[in-house]
Amino acid sequence: MSIAAVIDPVEAVKKAYPQAVEDVVLYAGETTLVLNPDYLPVVARYLRDTAGLVYNFLSDISAVDYYPDYNRPGRFGVCYHLLSMLYKKRLRLKVYLPEDEPTVETITTVWPGANWPEREVMDMMGVDFKGHPDKRRILMPEDWNGHPARRDYPLGYETPMFSFNADEIVKHKPKAKE
Amino acid sequence: MGISSKLGNLGVVTTTLDAAVNWGRTGAMWPLLFGLACCAIEYMGTQGSSYDLSRFGMELNRASPRQADLLIVSGRLTRKMAPVVRQLYDQMSSPKWVIAMGDCASCGGVYNNYAVVQGCDEIIPVDVYVAGCPPRPEQLLHGILTLHEKIKGESIRKWADDEKWAADRAEHVVRV
Repeated sequence: MSIAAVIDPVEAVKKAYPQAVEDVVLYAGETTLVLNPDYLPVVARYLRDTAGLVYNFLSDISAVDYYPDYNRPGRFGVCYHLLSMLYKKRLRLKVYLPEDEPTVETITTVWPGANWPEREVMDMMGVDFKGHPDKRRILMPEDWNGHPARRDYPLGYETPMFSFNADEIVKHKPKAKE
Repeated sequence: MGISSKLGNLGVVTTTLDAAVNWGRTGAMWPLLFGLACCAIEYMGTQGSSYDLSRFGMELNRASPRQADLLIVSGRLTRKMAPVVRQLYDQMSSPKWVIAMGDCASCGGVYNNYAVVQGCDEIIPVDVYVAGCPPRPEQLLHGILTLHEKIKGESIRKWADDEKWAADRAEHVVRV
């Protein structure tokens, strides 16, 4: 039994799904494939199942909020970090999602391990994964409003207290009753 | 020559009921077995042989809130944890006391963000605040002894008769 020779993922995907690839970024020895969101599950399955590629491990899913920089295809970027354990190669898939409807199809159908990472992105960034089997929040409390990792989410809860504004802050601070 | 011979025939000591009860409360105050963050490590160090909390009758950390007298909030209290802490406090039987150990439990400390309660006094009444990040065991011991001093000034009527005080406490709603 022999192992198929490794092939270039960028060329392979461009050949198999020419309309799926929007951009290819080569930086710091890392390869990023910017995909059309509609083709993400198809390309993911292709990368996993094709001899010579075999990206059989999804190591992480992360998301970026580019607010207020709109010089990109969309406000949100969702990154999928793949690893081929067979060929010891890594690849990053990236999709840009619009601000008004940040929705992309789930890839739990390809890698079941995507379940919790997608829930984390859903919870912290507010990106919706269509077809995800379990759309509960994973980090924040269930009744939480908003998505804290978004850049327009208010960071602080209480104004930092200094001697000049201490009285004002203490006046409005909620206190448990004795 | 032991103390019995020095006391001679003094068989009776008179005192007030408050003093006797408070002597008992301060002499064996059982803390809840409860830790939140790195302050809990210092708390464990306080329990260890070097600082030896059992000098104050506190060597017994109760794992059940129903048997505990003292809740030491040791560490930053996240909003997700806040309902749990309030429930633990509500389950403790009166009389009960709370020490906010460290900057985070006292006022939020460095965690001025959406996830952390800015001082556990927002959800439970606190008796003693201990500063420090984290406080050394000496500071925690000082906080406990300060609480002892506070208890010695209390009357048992505070816990037994003051229905309004108890009603206020029952009415309180957790803010999360």
